[in-house]
Amino acid sequence: MSAARTENGGRWLGVYVIAYLVFLYLPVLLIPLFSFNNSIQAAFPLQGFTLEWYVTLYGNPALSGALLNSLVIGVVAAAGATLCGITVSYMDLYGRSPLAATISAIARLPVLIPGVIVGISLLILVNLIGLGPSRIAIVLGHILVALPTTVVIMRSRFAAIPKTIREAALDLGASDWTTFRRVMLPLSLPAIISAFMLAFLISFDEFIVVFFLAGTEPTLPLYIWSQLRFPRSLPTVMALGTAILAASFIIAGTAELLRHRGLGAKPS
Amino acid sequence: MSSIVASEAPAGSGSSRGFRFAMLLPGGLVTFFLILFALGLVLFLALRGNDGSLLGAGFTAGNFITVLSDPLYWTVTLRSLVIAGLVTLATVVTAYPVAYYLAFHAGRRRGLLLFLVTLPFWTSYLLRVFAWKIVLAYNGVLNSALIQSGIWSEPTLAFLNTPAAVVVTLAHAYAPFAILPIYVALDTIPKSLLEAASDLGARPFTTFRRVVLPNSMPGVLAAALVVFVPTVGDYVTPAMVGGPASTMIGTLIQSQFGKANDWPFGAALSVCVMLVILCVVLVTRSADRKFGSRT
Repeated sequence: MSAARTENGGRWLGVYVIAYLVFLYLPVLLIPLFSFNNSIQAAFPLQGFTLEWYVTLYGNPALSGALLNSLVIGVVAAAGATLCGITVSYMDLYGRSPLAATISAIARLPVLIPGVIVGISLLILVNLIGLGPSRIAIVLGHILVALPTTVVIMRSRFAAIPKTIREAALDLGASDWTTFRRVMLPLSLPAIISAFMLAFLISFDEFIVVFFLAGTEPTLPLYIWSQLRFPRSLPTVMALGTAILAASFIIAGTAELLRHRGLGAKPS
Repeated sequence: MSSIVASEAPAGSGSSRGFRFAMLLPGGLVTFFLILFALGLVLFLALRGNDGSLLGAGFTAGNFITVLSDPLYWTVTLRSLVIAGLVTLATVVTAYPVAYYLAFHAGRRRGLLLFLVTLPFWTSYLLRVFAWKIVLAYNGVLNSALIQSGIWSEPTLAFLNTPAAVVVTLAHAYAPFAILPIYVALDTIPKSLLEAASDLGARPFTTFRRVVLPNSMPGVLAAALVVFVPTVGDYVTPAMVGGPASTMIGTLIQSQFGKANDWPFGAALSVCVMLVILCVVLVTRSADRKFGSRT
């Protein structure tokens, strides 16, 4: 009887979960829907199918400049954040020093700092060191924003590698560096790629921090923000948004698959 | 084994030190320079007077006195706390059943569902907020849908530019943040505990209230924290869907570093926000400890 009751409860919960997913996805999916709508207004009834708004994306130098900026910043920031994520979590787990543990703890701190404060603190910093708002400043900001994610991903991956593997390498005479490079890094490669991709996505989509750190060359989210003031450009923004959402879904999906792959042959 | 390690040690110690240094360097630079030093700069600047220069002039508590004495800042801070509190409550309460389903009922669908609830987390925050702007606008989706379906005869301005719009938008934008921590906490509850409770005659709801809920509290508190922190300092959503009646503390900080151009005062506001967050973290920690001791 009790089993039947929980079964019933599970079904109602299942309905709730579906409703929740609809709430989660419906507003976002309106952007692709209206990006194909033949009207300036995002309103019902739909006015007919068009690819006009996608056509306007081509041959827009401001847009392609922002896209290029975002791609370059995303790759560099993701590389930095992944490097930090790998080294910080590896030393946290195997370095056996209070310094490494402290660094790891501070590296996860940005989760507890609102983006606006990360932004203004770095704005003060880059002005102080004479850099000013610039692409390098944005890279620094995005390394910070992505750091907790890369540390958490790499830490759980390193922790999932059986300790005996690393000990065997060290016992067989491999140096710390060889063990790290030839044993631990290859074993965690899927997680490294996953961390890199997610850090790239974080940077690519980030707005709150970049708002303070951008100089004369905006990133894609800043370009979108600047276009939101003009009602006429909303359909174009929705077409651009659709492309960005599609790219995000593909990259995040691939990263998720990678994160759970590769430890299948784990010895018991 | 120990003898091998011992014989290796002298040869390896030099490179080992180099290895440690190289491995600690990137993280050390980022954490000490970009996080601690940068936050230290904010605190320093908060105690300076504004003379238009980068680091201000002269030490003063004036910025903090202004924050504390001007009712405007109390109003805005209180509003930010209420909005962030409501958003946190809404996200955690709505996320809990989803996490519960994932932990206890999802079965084979668990992987797919986990993927689906975390996917929006990786999409553009700006676009998620923008989506609500087109939903709530005067000529927007909601108004036109209501008129199309004959529920209302003319569009209303009541949706956009209200604090309620900010709460709904933020709750939607940060919804994926809350599920994972709760799910992890629920998933680590030993199934034997639930069986023991039902064997001892507890009804399902009693089991939930006395066993599941207290054991999942660490996850609930973690979820509350990761939703509360970004929402309390948000300035994008108020600007996009909130209108002037929804100005939040993040908006004020942003304008101090922009139009208002009073960096020391903006820094002081930031310090106040960090202090509020620190209080919330401490309260969460002590609550966590209370629930942690029950397990």
